[in-house]
Amino acid sequence: MENTILIKHLLKHPSVMIFLGLLAGFTLLVVGLAEGAGIGLISTSFVKTLGKTLCLCMIAIAMDLVWGFCGILSLGHFAFFALGGYIIGMWLMFARTKLIVLEAAQNAVLPMTQSEVSQAVGTQIFGVVGGAEIPAIWTFADNFWIQIAFVVLVPGLLALIFGWLAFRARVNGVYLSILTQAMTLALALYLFQNDSGLRGNNGLSGLQNIPGFDAVSQADISIWFFIASAGALALIYVLAYGLISSKMGNIIRGIRDNEARVRFLGYNVESYKLFIFVLTAIIAAVAGALYYPQAGIINPAELAPIASIYLAVWVAIGGRGRLYGAVIGAAFVSLLSSYFTGGQAPDIPLGFGTLRWTEWWLVLLGLSFVGVTLYAPKGIGGLIDHLTRKRGV
Amino acid sequence: MAQLLHVDDISVTFDGFRAINGLSFDIGRAELRAIIGPNGAGKTTFMDIVTGKTRPDSGDVRWGDKGVSLLRKSESQIAQLGIGRKFQKPTVFESQSVYDNLLMALANQRNPFSVLSYQRSIIDNDKIDALATQINLSQQTQILAGALSHGQKQWLEIGMLLAQDPQLLLVDEPAAGMTAPERAVTVKLLKELAQTRAVVVVEHDMEFIRQLECRITVLHEGAVLAEGQIDFVMQNQEVIDVYLGR
Repeated sequence: MENTILIKHLLKHPSVMIFLGLLAGFTLLVVGLAEGAGIGLISTSFVKTLGKTLCLCMIAIAMDLVWGFCGILSLGHFAFFALGGYIIGMWLMFARTKLIVLEAAQNAVLPMTQSEVSQAVGTQIFGVVGGAEIPAIWTFADNFWIQIAFVVLVPGLLALIFGWLAFRARVNGVYLSILTQAMTLALALYLFQNDSGLRGNNGLSGLQNIPGFDAVSQADISIWFFIASAGALALIYVLAYGLISSKMGNIIRGIRDNEARVRFLGYNVESYKLFIFVLTAIIAAVAGALYYPQAGIINPAELAPIASIYLAVWVAIGGRGRLYGAVIGAAFVSLLSSYFTGGQAPDIPLGFGTLRWTEWWLVLLGLSFVGVTLYAPKGIGGLIDHLTRKRGV
Repeated sequence: MAQLLHVDDISVTFDGFRAINGLSFDIGRAELRAIIGPNGAGKTTFMDIVTGKTRPDSGDVRWGDKGVSLLRKSESQIAQLGIGRKFQKPTVFESQSVYDNLLMALANQRNPFSVLSYQRSIIDNDKIDALATQINLSQQTQILAGALSHGQKQWLEIGMLLAQDPQLLLVDEPAAGMTAPERAVTVKLLKELAQTRAVVVVEHDMEFIRQLECRITVLHEGAVLAEGQIDFVMQNQEVIDVYLGR
């Protein structure tokens, strides 16, 4: 019964149906062509790249909600993304190291005591930063479900505290953007320290190995994560669409267009901003928790302020204020970026010198950002709207 | 007559400039009042203080039977108490439909979680239809507010104020940029509204104020210069000197 209502509801919104259909088709196509499950036309590493791209589309949706719909230009959402990655990475690294330690101890004469196990795990993980003690923040790292809960709770709480302080003080516009940049930079600098408890600039590695699934090939695991990322993207798209087409959507767009007017209507603007900020931080964290097991490694450089600025560029190029715009922008630009910076793009000899794309990609990206801002302020999504003669929201 | 709003000896200074200087002002429960005054007389600042946008340096603003002070309340709390404001320039949400503009203004719960769980109801739908009819926009509910004419936007904004169902309406230059027929409709609308609630109109246009047929308060240099019916005010020598004579 509920399902039929949901389907009827979705049928009224063709853009959601089209998006879900395309995503499902794309997922089936990739799975069918992949090494793990299909005919092997797509390499495992490319499946991972595509899976990671789907996660970037998720954080782009978060960015579009907070910036494109609510008008808060946050340049710190990659901090939440990386936090999600770190928290799931703690479980992946801890649980797997523990399994390896226990396995190695099976041939020993005496079984290891609890403290010997934790000593060995500690040395394995923290030897690189000159320690053997397991820091307090790793207390629950062995428990998958608690770490999963932390993926949502820790970034959510950080966003709640940060947002409450910033919005209550009515920090707006470019000042808020600077503050969010400062937040992500401060977090990155903290994580760079060896005594932060998260292995300093080494970060967490080996995240592609899932504890207890050593027998499963990376080709298969990449397919699992790809499908999980596609499923999460579909879910978040539908959720975000539901949000923006509800009365909440009217109010947050109102805040974007004229904050003072919304206040005089009797709405407490700060609590709405806080709600959207926390919600999008959680979406970003979930996306990060799916991304980093596919990337295999996470380190504090992931929180560099520039990452969050790229996120804004993706959403701007894709077209803010349109959910599919954000998805297109993130997918298009991040895939192009890995093509040009991965050394696959052919260099162009110019006679007086060679145009190396690894160096010139940033120039190209910058120019396209300027071009989009000047000539297509509604981005690629705006062009699609123009072609289908539909008005954006 | 019980007072709805009681403004008591308020003063406010911006960078040494006294925008409001010992202003006192009262308005009753169902009353239409016009405020006039030359530029810089403090009309907009007065509205800013009542709606919580600006805090006065001294004095007090009290509201309702219980005499609640408004000075410690935020804009949204004051709006929820029942004070609605219409800005000088029509400020409607141009990228949203007339219907959605009215829906947001409708007197429902204002906290994010009740908004999240909000379901469109037939009752609200009927209310919005009735409002749209009242402000002459019943044919335009589904079009974007940005596509309305200037006068229609002014009406939509008045409609949004009505949807809030406030006890006090502060209306800043409602007739600005309106055609003569639009003005006549606006005068009728404001008079109707003042039957059941207090309406304060700030306006420059004397002809428009004459049509309102109400009590007038003249502001000058942040204080009340004169108060009374239009003929009394227009014959007041001080008023003629500072305002009408120019």
